Amino acid sequence: MLTNTQRIGLTLFLIGFALFVGSLSLSRYQLTDAVLTSTVKKEQLAAVESATSGMQGTVYGSAFGFVSDFKSAIAKLNDGYKARNEKDKIINDDYAFPVTKAASIGFFPDNSLLFFCLSLLLCVGGALLYIIPKKRQLPGIKNNGVFHNPATNRGWIGIVIGSFLIGFYVLLYFYPEYLTNWVLMFDPLSRLLNGGPASQWFVYGTLYTLAILVMGVRMLVKYRGNPYQQIRTVSVMFFQTCFAFLIPELLSLFNQPAQDLKNMWPLDYSFYFDYRLDQKIQAGTFGLFLLVWGTALWLIGVPVMTYFFGKRWYCSWVCGCGGLAETLGDPYRQLSDKRLVAWKFERVVVHGVLVFAVVMTVAVLYTYVSGQSALFGFLDSYSLRSGYGFAIGSIFAGVVGTGFYPVMGNRVWCRFGCPLAAYLGLVQRFKSRFRITTNGGQCISCGNCSTYCEMGIDVRWYAQRGQDIVRSSCVGCGVCSAVCPRGVLNLENDDETNRMPAINPILLGNDGIRVNV
Amino acid sequence: MKHIIIIGNGIAGITTARHVRQQDDSARITVISAESEHFYSRTALMYIYMGHMTYEHTKPYEDWFWKKNRIDLVRGYVGEVDTGAKRIRLIDDTWLDYDALVIATGSVSSTVNWPGLDATGVQGLYGLPDLESMEHHTRDIDRAVVVGGGLIGIEMAEMLHSRHIAVTMLVRDTHYWSSTIPAEEGELIGRHVRQHGVDLQLQTELNEILADDNGHVRAIVTTDEREIACQFVGLGVGVTPNVSFLKTSGIELGKGVLVNEYFETNIPDVYAIGDCNEFRAPIAGTDGSPRKAIEQIWYTGRMHGETVAQTLCGNRTAYQPGVFFNSAKFFDIEYQTYGTMNARLAEGEKTYYWEHPNGQQCLRINYAAKGEGVVGIHAFGLRLRHAVCERWIREHRPLPEVLSQFQQADFNPEFSENYTDQLAGKAPPRKSWLQRLF
Repeated sequence: MLTNTQRIGLTLFLIGFALFVGSLSLSRYQLTDAVLTSTVKKEQLAAVESATSGMQGTVYGSAFGFVSDFKSAIAKLNDGYKARNEKDKIINDDYAFPVTKAASIGFFPDNSLLFFCLSLLLCVGGALLYIIPKKRQLPGIKNNGVFHNPATNRGWIGIVIGSFLIGFYVLLYFYPEYLTNWVLMFDPLSRLLNGGPASQWFVYGTLYTLAILVMGVRMLVKYRGNPYQQIRTVSVMFFQTCFAFLIPELLSLFNQPAQDLKNMWPLDYSFYFDYRLDQKIQAGTFGLFLLVWGTALWLIGVPVMTYFFGKRWYCSWVCGCGGLAETLGDPYRQLSDKRLVAWKFERVVVHGVLVFAVVMTVAVLYTYVSGQSALFGFLDSYSLRSGYGFAIGSIFAGVVGTGFYPVMGNRVWCRFGCPLAAYLGLVQRFKSRFRITTNGGQCISCGNCSTYCEMGIDVRWYAQRGQDIVRSSCVGCGVCSAVCPRGVLNLENDDETNRMPAINPILLGNDGIRVNV
Repeated sequence: MKHIIIIGNGIAGITTARHVRQQDDSARITVISAESEHFYSRTALMYIYMGHMTYEHTKPYEDWFWKKNRIDLVRGYVGEVDTGAKRIRLIDDTWLDYDALVIATGSVSSTVNWPGLDATGVQGLYGLPDLESMEHHTRDIDRAVVVGGGLIGIEMAEMLHSRHIAVTMLVRDTHYWSSTIPAEEGELIGRHVRQHGVDLQLQTELNEILADDNGHVRAIVTTDEREIACQFVGLGVGVTPNVSFLKTSGIELGKGVLVNEYFETNIPDVYAIGDCNEFRAPIAGTDGSPRKAIEQIWYTGRMHGETVAQTLCGNRTAYQPGVFFNSAKFFDIEYQTYGTMNARLAEGEKTYYWEHPNGQQCLRINYAAKGEGVVGIHAFGLRLRHAVCERWIREHRPLPEVLSQFQQADFNPEFSENYTDQLAGKAPPRKSWLQRLF
């Protein structure tokens, strides 16, 4: 039951959230020469000005009308070029986003800092007021009512949240021109950190970090009887805030290539793209360091660290996607699909993405070195990389991976799509000291472990036959062990010789027969 | 083709079916259950009520498993067993012939003949129908009484508490679960239960249940004549074998179906396993004293099933459970026990008891006065490693050796406080900054 403080917190959060979302509709838009001069390339300025002259003088009440008029004006201009066969003049630059941002007028753009402070303060403060009073409850597993609550049982609240997230990702990746008011709000913070104006990616990065921090506090409160959960939560909060957010921003402040030092190929699929290689080469010694570091991380770091600790060292302690899944996504972990058929699907898809990522990267590097765009005469590296970026980078990782948290669980991307998880998983499966130990014969087959496994592993299947769990997908979050009511499961790093399934599937307790199933 | 009929799809019956199928590809296996279409984990009933899981999550095997392994599931209630003709009758009057019959019908909740017992909103908790009834009768209520100081009683208290229903728990003895655990542990659990806001009333018994005009429970009266208002009464006073349908079958019954160590009844090809049987001569425990004649534990049900499956497949095997073990959870405190741990110390035994200063974790080791060999270990709020505890008890390792090597038995999650130093009397480590903050 909610306390009064929690009620107030929830109300403040909802007000702040409404303010934040509502702010998207608060601007009016007017196209002026000044707007175009500040956003459009000099050689295209005159053409764009004349093409959009019909818009000048009009004040648009919403971004929809403005963006649509602007886009059709540019399209018309391009059509003219095409008809006259003046291909070199065609405008491929996406001006909709910067022009819309610069064309915002009225009360909102003048007071965007006020909206920024007010909405974020209400959201963060309200959320914390809602979360922190739970500290007064006794420590212990807090899953009461999870399947009675429409927010966490695929009920209407979950559907609403999922729809919001999906909408957000679609706008973010494909129609950022409708999010310009948020970008305006984040400009001051962006200037402070990296010296430049905000982009939609800066907005996303900041919101992402805030989500991990606030929901990280929720994890710390929820699992305060369990040091493993607490320490790993602090770890993902730290790596997100410092490595994913602050350090890259500060690097760009000092005119260095911005890089998340804990992200690595093939999750960071553009690491070996030409523009990023060039950027590093231009940055001299530091750029070279980034190149070597980023390569060593997956080439040496992954096998060594995974051998000693399992893939959890990355997936549930360091990774940003994992960090979001373990904090913002924690309320949805029970929604993952545990069926055998889901596991079969997962193995094909996730390893398929890994193969796709490797082939794409090899093709891109081949093009970079040789200047030829086609590998073996038919694999076109440009279509491969744009295909990967769209299908895997945007749709799978973003729209599906996070948007479907409240429907398919919090690890959809990590389980079915992440090529790095597939790679880490191969190491974990075949050469690692990590396993989840099953404690003798103590399993009562209750199913809490399987239910709360975010990766959809049927943990109980192994536990009830006394078998240690060695699965490539296990991210070592430790929640199966935490929710087990009988102390059956434990995450352990031990001698790798005694962990494989064939050696010890023994249920203790029955001396009459050797149960070896 | 041999037809094995198993009555009951709980852990004992299903384990039998699975193990027979593993060894015998040709046998026809039929499992009959009145309660549910598929095997589910009875131990998880409370988590369905509390919203941790749905019924679907409590099924250890997916629904296709049974067809794939050719285990026929029949939904029905057995009305009659005709051992002469080797056939059984379901209450819809279908007859099924068997070559071997395994009775694994589990238990029913016990009651005492209290006045007012038939009021609505008074029930035990054993199976799915009880869960449905509890769901129905506790909707929108705010006060409940739970009777009984055992495992089901405290489970019901936790369930009701999770729905924000105020719970009064009546326990007959001076401390919780006095039939099984010593006073220190009983008090530790008592403190914990009270911390959760449960009104634990020790040395209090139920005398009468009062109903309102609609026949719905409105209050209970204790033996010291106090009236406690409530809209629901949970009975957790134990279970008894579910064998009443066998009364006319010629199968010899005590409290349960009487069996020898091969689970054979007095009738050839009829076996009884799990909660519903009763050993004519109980097996000796690791300390030499006899174990219980009726074993009402998940794990023993499983072992009965494993063992009888051997016999059914032609390898007549006696029940030989190893070192006894069991586990439970009392609200947030987990409990594990290994070997023989009596509520009151047996003659010739000594005890070692350690309790964490936080009052929520403790460890007890009982050992022989002569030679100091360990006979039993149990722990509250600590996770122990089954294999290590079993080995120590089996080999009668002396207490000082066990204490000095206790690290080996630690099964707590990584980064948990290292308590094993404290067993020798050292002070507990200070809390980390993280623990102090959250």
